[in-house]
Amino acid sequence: MSITPEHPAALDRRTVLRRAAAVGVLATPAIGLLGACATSGSDGDNEQVAGGTKSEKNPLGVKEDAPIEVVIFNGGYGEKYATDVHEPLYKKAFPKSEVKHQATQAVSTVLQPRFASGNPPEFVNNSGEKFLDFGALVNDGQLQDLTELWDAPSVDDPSKKVRDTIIPGVVEQGMFSTADGQRKPFVLYYVSTVYGIWYSGKLFKDNGWTAPTNFDQFMALCEQIKAKGITPYGYAGANAAYYQWNVILTQAAKIGGADVLKNIDNLEDGAWKQDAVKQAAEAWAEIGAKYSDKSFEGLKHTDVQLRQNQGKVAFYPSGDWLENEQKKDTPAGFTYQLMPVPSLTASDKLPATAIRAAGGEGYFVSSKSKNPRGGMEYMRQMLSKAGARGFTETVGAATVVPAGSEGFQFPPGVASAQAALKAAGQDVFNMLFDNWYKELDTEARTATNELMFGRIKADAFVERIQKRADAIKKDSSVTKFKR
Amino acid sequence: MRHGKYPFVIGFLFAPVALYVTFVIWPYAQAFQISMTNWRGLSAPQWVGFDNYRRLLDDGAFWKAVQHHGVLLLALPLITIAIALLFAFLLNVGGKSSGGQRQGVWGSKFYRVVFFFPQVLAVAIIAVLFQMVYRPNESGLINGVLMKFGMEPILFLVKPNLALWSIIAVLVWQAVGFYVVLFSAGMASIPGEIYEAAEMDGASKVTLFFRVTLPLLWDTLQVAWVYLGIAAFDAFAIVAVLSVDGGGPDGATTVLAMEIYRNAFVYSKYGYASAMGVALFFLTLTFAALTLRLSKRESVEY
Repeated sequence: MSITPEHPAALDRRTVLRRAAAVGVLATPAIGLLGACATSGSDGDNEQVAGGTKSEKNPLGVKEDAPIEVVIFNGGYGEKYATDVHEPLYKKAFPKSEVKHQATQAVSTVLQPRFASGNPPEFVNNSGEKFLDFGALVNDGQLQDLTELWDAPSVDDPSKKVRDTIIPGVVEQGMFSTADGQRKPFVLYYVSTVYGIWYSGKLFKDNGWTAPTNFDQFMALCEQIKAKGITPYGYAGANAAYYQWNVILTQAAKIGGADVLKNIDNLEDGAWKQDAVKQAAEAWAEIGAKYSDKSFEGLKHTDVQLRQNQGKVAFYPSGDWLENEQKKDTPAGFTYQLMPVPSLTASDKLPATAIRAAGGEGYFVSSKSKNPRGGMEYMRQMLSKAGARGFTETVGAATVVPAGSEGFQFPPGVASAQAALKAAGQDVFNMLFDNWYKELDTEARTATNELMFGRIKADAFVERIQKRADAIKKDSSVTKFKR
Repeated sequence: MRHGKYPFVIGFLFAPVALYVTFVIWPYAQAFQISMTNWRGLSAPQWVGFDNYRRLLDDGAFWKAVQHHGVLLLALPLITIAIALLFAFLLNVGGKSSGGQRQGVWGSKFYRVVFFFPQVLAVAIIAVLFQMVYRPNESGLINGVLMKFGMEPILFLVKPNLALWSIIAVLVWQAVGFYVVLFSAGMASIPGEIYEAAEMDGASKVTLFFRVTLPLLWDTLQVAWVYLGIAAFDAFAIVAVLSVDGGGPDGATTVLAMEIYRNAFVYSKYGYASAMGVALFFLTLTFAALTLRLSKRESVEY
């Protein structure tokens, strides 16, 4: 998912491409070279291993000595949780099997040729800036239908199905429609992700400020913060504009209800021109004009996050991976705190506590790999109490398995996010269009920078994104999704 | 021995030709083929004829990129060659003459090495370096100084009308060193007697430059122009690493390679990206052919 923090080390993968495109002329064969290995359409040697015997310990019928290959996106969460927790769990369950581990910061660069040549790895953590397009994968039948996994008995309590051990809505979130129109679960979203606006508990306590719940309070507080010589609000325009469209759309959902986002995801006509979206854009354009800093457009997310750690920025929008990502730069006592996006009007459809939360970090099993059952079993182990607990202990983030986080002492930021999630109750929503239609994500990012840094108004903002959404809707080469 | 010649020649040619066909010609042909499909990178491509090219016609980002190549095509060679020529002239013949031998300005040996430095650095490193130089706040190399003097920071890569020129400046900075060396080599092959004769007739340094150096360097200049022109069709690495939001703000610095990259590796539209690649191929080819044609001129024999 593109909501995952991007890894700053973008250099290596760019270097690779730079070499390919070193001279303009070379760009043509670079694409062609890719094709040379891909369009030949070889089926590779993907003879699937026979199933093993199903048993209580092995409900998915995994062949016990068949190896599996695990590919992990080495980004915000690192790779340690896989090498130290999940892979040993699998090895323990199937001592005769061999687990091959690979970590990468550019999933698509590494895996695209493998899928094209018919030799994909069993288990993939499809995340980061360069994740493989889920739509294209689904369309091509590359993803394993996870129904069997969700219905299998869970590791800790065989009387409970796996699907009943995780947060509701997560299975649903990973469902995609196949080419023949059926909706099937293909993706496991593993990390519980809560979005909001972050501030330093210490800074606020020292100044006697409290987190605002409505926009008037928010603006008033921004004024006070500005008077102190601190930039009240900011996000990084250079590479993280989506952190800000997330805020604008969250605001829109609060004004007009969660259906506003459903319409956007479903590419409904005029979805971006809904009043709620326009109002939200207007409100945030004002924040951008009055309470932000023009130079932030030229900064990367790590720069702005660092400035917040240094006490130069008060509010910063992000997801709850932020605290872990900034661990090294956060001064002692900083105390990350999350506040939900403040409500705009008294007539907002959703309360001030409403929040965007979702399963983040997508994982899938390749249906055309040698040992897809092993891949599913690996997921089952991940979703066990030990697997979830180990992940939480390693990276400090909650998973979609509530039993894994029980009684765990989260760092203050994640704890505040979990508290906000609890306070939101049923008023939790999500959006998926950026995952489904990357072009729309790109357009929304560009338009957001234009809006927030004062080059266009809210009208033009919704107009231009709507135009792109319409174009995508008409484009027959793009697979459409519904929710 | 006549009949043994052909097998001998063919034997030698076979390996390089095979390599060339496999790694150059074949991928080109494939790119043309893929550009006629809507390949998403995974399953077998579907043939769509010229659809991708029709789509190119009303793709705003594509035309923006083409426009930027137009600007680059004019600015990059002109500025780079002008600066490189000036430096090369100063380094080689700009100083006093001693014993009938033209000399560069004082310290020219040192400058020659310094000018070549950027050429040694990888392009990606240069881009990262200039991120620091252009940084829009107090930790930027330029803006840090400006802000010390109480001035407003210049938003180099953020202001839409300044961003492309900031990129061009980096490209020029990086290229100049190489062309100084190239022109220096060219100048070294101009016989000293011609300068001597011109000087005896009372030619100033400016006259020397325009009447002697420039005409005798014409072939080298032509080569430089073609190289820089082709470089102007690239600029990918610098744009990708340095610019805001990948060719932004709002496409203000985007180039074709950036759009190809985005369509292929972000949107997984390999067919469409290939169509752009083919367009870029023809643009580059047309440019090279035109330049060689237009700059054809009798070279001076000496």
